[in-house]
This record gives sequence, C-alpha cells and structure tokens, in this order.
Amino acid sequence: MELRTKVHAEDGKQELKITREFDLPLELLFKAYIEPEIVEQWMGTKVLKLESKKHGSYQFETTDPKGNKHGFNGTIHEFVSNQKITRTFEMENANFGVQLEFLEFEELTEETSKLSMHVVYRSVEIRDQILQLPFVQGINMAHNRLQEILKSKPQRH
Amino acid sequence: MELRRDVFQAIADPTRRAIITLVALHAMTPGALAEKFDSSRQTISRHIQILTECELLEQEQNGREIYYHLNPIKIKELADFVEPFRKLWDDRFNKLEAIMKQHKPKK
Repeated sequence: MELRTKVHAEDGKQELKITREFDLPLELLFKAYIEPEIVEQWMGTKVLKLESKKHGSYQFETTDPKGNKHGFNGTIHEFVSNQKITRTFEMENANFGVQLEFLEFEELTEETSKLSMHVVYRSVEIRDQILQLPFVQGINMAHNRLQEILKSKPQRH
Repeated sequence: MELRRDVFQAIADPTRRAIITLVALHAMTPGALAEKFDSSRQTISRHIQILTECELLEQEQNGREIYYHLNPIKIKELADFVEPFRKLWDDRFNKLEAIMKQHKPKK
C-alpha cells in the first residue's frame, strides 16, 4: 500500500516539505484547517483557541494515555481563504523551539485538491530530531512491549 | 522505494521491534531469542527471517552456532528514514479526508 503523503527532507537542511493530494474539493480541505471541531477530530487534539485570520493565534492541547497534557501553540501571519496559511508552531515543554510553517492549498480538479507544507526549523539538528521522533517513539513502544513480554514470561532458571 | 517499504513493514510489528531491541544489546542465537517470547520457535524464526531479509539483522557463524546481531548501518539508515514521520502524517491526512467526506455543510 503506497502512502499518499510525500515527505521531502534533504540531508543537511533545516527544512522539509510535506505534500498530499486529497479526494476532496479545495473548500472542504481548507475547512478542515479552520473549523475547531473538525481540527479536533483529525488532529486528535483539543482546540483551546483558533483564530483563523492574520495576526490571529491558536492553542491546542492533547492528553496522552497517562493523562499528561501537552500544549501546542502558534501565531498566524498570513491567512488567505482557500489558498494559504503561514503560521508558527511550537510544542510547549519541548526543547525544539518554534518552527515556521507555510501551508499552500491548491485545487486540482473540482473534486480533488492538494496541500503543500513547507516547514522551517531553527537548525538542521532540530529538524532531524523532530523527523526521528515517531521512529524513536516506535522503539520506545517496543521497549514497553519487551517489558511486558519479559514480565509475563516465567523464569526457567 | 521497495526496500524502504519492506524495512518499515519489518519494524511495524511489535514482536520484531522487541527482537531488534533484544539483539541491540548483544548478539543472540535463534534459540536464545525464542526463549524470550511466548510465541512458538517457528514464529520467532519467521520474524528473524524477515528482519534478516531486509538486512536489519546479520548472521554470524561462531563455531556451530549462528548468532544474530544488528546491522548498525541499516539501523542508522532506518533512523534517518522519514517513514514513521511520513506514516504519522499520512494517518492524520487519511483521517482528515474521511471526516470531510462525511461532512455535511451546515445551512
């Protein structure tokens, strides 16, 4: 199964590009980014604030399985309906600092559309760390699973 | 492209990730690995085979025993891989698409 999302991250650069084509009319794709109830559903986060306009800001909060809350926030610098959103994004309580995101929305046909995200990080190191996060989390999950397996396994010696 | 997908599939399985984590500590024989799990020896050996096929594990003959150890180059490559990151976004976008396909505009 081919993933429909493309990630382009050149070695040694502090930016990356994510593109994805949707079987959705442009207006519906854009709407998924500005309606708080819809953002909550697909991002799996609580939307505390979302002002979709120039100089607006947003604040999201997720709760992990242990009940810890994680905050995210940013400021909207450019907002053109059905065309683009330029905004900052920051994970609170993380050492990654703020990142700059250029989101471009394009109509392909009446029923399909495309999103291009261009994300700029403060440094190459930070970009690489963020890129590897899901990988590392995968390995951590393996550790947890390993703990469970070892705990449930009766010792033979 | 083909290879990337294979490697990602290889680490998508929790038992195989557990094998990687075990072997990361020190080289192990298939028998010693199988003892760590409740699954049958055949199941574990199949997992080892998949990991070896995509070069995450390497064999090393030591006397009569075969030991498996991690291929650090492949792991580094895997860590460089954007796949889990891409998968995260792909899942998110699939969700967005599914939700918006159901979406009825409020009038």
